[in-house]
Amino acid sequence: MNVHAVRTIYMYELARAWRTLFQSVVSPVISTSLYFVVFGAAIGSRITEVDGVAYGAFIVPGLIMLMLLTQSVSNAAFAIYFPKFNGTIYELLSAPVSSFEIVLGYVGAAATKSVILGLIILATASFFVPLQIAHPLWMVVFLVLTAVTFSLLGFIIGIWADGFEKLQFIPLLIITPLAFLGGTFYSIDMLPPAWQTVTLFNPVVYLISGFRWSFYGLTDVSILASLVTVSAFLAACLAAVWWIFRTGYRLKA
Amino acid sequence: MDDGTAVLRDTDTGAGTVAEAAPQPDRASQRPGSALHITGLNKRYDSGFRALEDVDLDIRHGEIFALLGPNGAGKTTLISIVCGLVTASGGTVAVDGHDIEREFRAARSRIGLVPQELATDAFAKVHATVTYSRGLFGKPPSPAIVERVLRDLSLWDKRDERLMNLSGGMKRRVMIAKALVHEPRILFLDEPTAGVDVELRREMWELVRRLRDDGVTIILTTHYIEEAEEMADRVGVISQGRIIVVEHTTELMRQLGRKQLTLHLQHALEAVPPSLHAFGLELSGGGRELTYTYDDTSDRAHIPELLRALDAAGIVFRDLHTQQSSLEDIFVRLVRDSNP
Repeated sequence: MNVHAVRTIYMYELARAWRTLFQSVVSPVISTSLYFVVFGAAIGSRITEVDGVAYGAFIVPGLIMLMLLTQSVSNAAFAIYFPKFNGTIYELLSAPVSSFEIVLGYVGAAATKSVILGLIILATASFFVPLQIAHPLWMVVFLVLTAVTFSLLGFIIGIWADGFEKLQFIPLLIITPLAFLGGTFYSIDMLPPAWQTVTLFNPVVYLISGFRWSFYGLTDVSILASLVTVSAFLAACLAAVWWIFRTGYRLKA
Repeated sequence: MDDGTAVLRDTDTGAGTVAEAAPQPDRASQRPGSALHITGLNKRYDSGFRALEDVDLDIRHGEIFALLGPNGAGKTTLISIVCGLVTASGGTVAVDGHDIEREFRAARSRIGLVPQELATDAFAKVHATVTYSRGLFGKPPSPAIVERVLRDLSLWDKRDERLMNLSGGMKRRVMIAKALVHEPRILFLDEPTAGVDVELRREMWELVRRLRDDGVTIILTTHYIEEAEEMADRVGVISQGRIIVVEHTTELMRQLGRKQLTLHLQHALEAVPPSLHAFGLELSGGGRELTYTYDDTSDRAHIPELLRALDAAGIVFRDLHTQQSSLEDIFVRLVRDSNP
């Protein structure tokens, strides 16, 4: 194991986040705060509560998940796309590092950033609404699992993308709609029955449901289904990354 | 001092310790085995283009080896396979005895690569990006080595600059620093002096000599044949994915000594008279030009004898000129002959 290399990639990527502090941390915090103002205070005041939880507090786990998904994907995608774009990937490919170590460095850094961001948003939210966390350990488990899984997805997208358009494509056209329709702002039993069934095919529903359960003990789907979904998605991403490095897809001629 | 920390050491600091520390023209015999051993290397791209065909190459420890070839000959593909950027279609490559696939860590940790294209992280600072390279190659942090490499490349004053604020020449220096900071035993320089000003070119050759004196094997590709002549111990000529010739530079220089004497005749000849056959003359220009090819570095030039024999045969010439073939001519001829 090339520990120096893993640490080097990890620290370099975290330093990059520090260099771009505004877009890495400040802008997601600002946009989340805007959601609280609009949905929590303005609209939320008309909605009393969902399953006994004040609406402002109800949307907190979903909002954190929304940011966690989009930031994990875009952080990791950009981190590996950038060296491909500017040509510095040659150094990574010629270094005595295994694919596992490369993934550990990049995905580890992206997931760390996302988890820190999630905790910052959680702290921000506590200024707006009274929060309770029923299962703190499970909350961390969901936070980390989701951050790692979606950072892996972002890593795959960053390797697949051969232009900035594609780099934006999946986060914008797939992740954001899935997150919005995944029960961030509502409980799925508020939907008409037909849409409830459709929604069950959205993997993000399971993530948000599991995460919300760790706060309030409320679930849209069973907690086991949530864990299985995240784990299955994690396994799929790992398999894809394994295949990418095995074949050199979009990395080696 | 361990084996690895001596890469950029000035040659005089080692004086008096061991006799071998002094620069020697041929250090290849000092270490057994090959720095780079390539057998039957093939590369066929998905497009069907065959970039390399059955390449065999053996590069000795401590030599400077120049790979010469026209554009698209396969030079960069060859380097890229050795460094792990391109996957070979067949054949084996061993770096210092370590297979590049099975023992990729051992192989790659010995290699430093300076690619042809300027590829830099524009937002990174010089010191940070060079430090990063050392870590990536598995070496523990060493501010002293980073400083020495930066000073050697006149980058120390620029250490806190972002790469985007540097000139092209400075960026090239940064790329060299990145390749050297993990103290490689084999350095690949892909077209190192393309688009580089005279001063940097001179400094670069100075650096290459110093590295060689420290036992680093240097493999470079270049279009500047004079530089290959001046710097390289051996030259390999590659064309259309095949290695045509691998030769000591001095041997190629001996070939460079070949000269031609052309005589423009008063009257056209139908054939070279038998009395002149011993000179191996060539008749051309409608029988009006006689060409004598000779080697002026040996005793084989017989110009006075030729002139006397011409006189005896009653052949009158009205003009003559001599022409010396350059390494470039040899190179062009080699490439042409290999691709009829």
